[in-house]
Amino acid sequence: MRIGVVTFPGSNSDHDAYHVAKHVCGQDARFVWHKDSDLSGLDAVILPGGFAYGDYLRTGAIARFSPVMKAVTAFAAKGGPVLGICNGFQVLQEAGLLPGAMLRNKNVKFLSQPVHIRVERTDTPVTAGLSVGDVLTMPVAHGEGNFYLPEDEASRLEDEGRVVFRYTTRDGRTDDAANVNGSVNAIAGVCNVERNVVGLMPHPERAAEAELGSADGRRLFEALIRSLVPA
Amino acid sequence: MKARVYVTLKKSVFDPQGKTIHDALRSLGYDGVADVRQGKFFEVTLEGMAPDKAKSTIEDIAHKVLANPVIESYRVEVDQ
Repeated sequence: MRIGVVTFPGSNSDHDAYHVAKHVCGQDARFVWHKDSDLSGLDAVILPGGFAYGDYLRTGAIARFSPVMKAVTAFAAKGGPVLGICNGFQVLQEAGLLPGAMLRNKNVKFLSQPVHIRVERTDTPVTAGLSVGDVLTMPVAHGEGNFYLPEDEASRLEDEGRVVFRYTTRDGRTDDAANVNGSVNAIAGVCNVERNVVGLMPHPERAAEAELGSADGRRLFEALIRSLVPA
Repeated sequence: MKARVYVTLKKSVFDPQGKTIHDALRSLGYDGVADVRQGKFFEVTLEGMAPDKAKSTIEDIAHKVLANPVIESYRVEVDQ
């Protein structure tokens, strides 16, 4: 399977995502520069974490106009799996491929710490084969991860089963302290209506090997790879 | 021609930065401050455009780029 990792000016997790796809999971992988619009031969696309365009204006606001985003939008429209991690999630929101927007964290601090997220849905390419209720541990590293949607739109998202991950305690309970950034309904990750585009704020690519404190993130990559194998 | 765009979080959206500034002002003794909301201000210089065109251009820019309609609203002023 061939996985493309987009590099924007200011991306900083592109090499981590590439490393996990290629060296940890043994897949073919290539970088895609943000000015390229050629995604040919790719089976999945990852928008990595970082600070694309320095987060100037708003997180993801400038990056969404990069030439590659037209190609990513077309790739997603054809059903191609797209995973946005942290800043990549924010870019997908700005591009209108995923719902909501990120506010400054509730405590106004940049958060760099491990969190626990509960799997809410297994009908997406990155959670297929996991179980609802599985709790994964991986780090967050963001200043704007406070997922926001107006209340009515947030409940519609819930009704449509599009909340994929939620911040919880280690044993899978939601509480205010576990919801580190103050996200509406403790939402850590969502998907589009068609379920092939997924974004999450925590970093699975930084928790894919036991040496890094958790290998839980690897499960999302493995799910993605499994979902690409023709049945 | 100068245009100004004011981008603010919608009233319904909690503003963690504004709240922090408000708390700081209170701790500095500014008791009469009831609320603070932080926003963004853009001064845009436009060239070679009729006023109508300038107005529609800056509206377009504000809507598509400078503000995120999910969380923000904006107000535009164009010098005549």
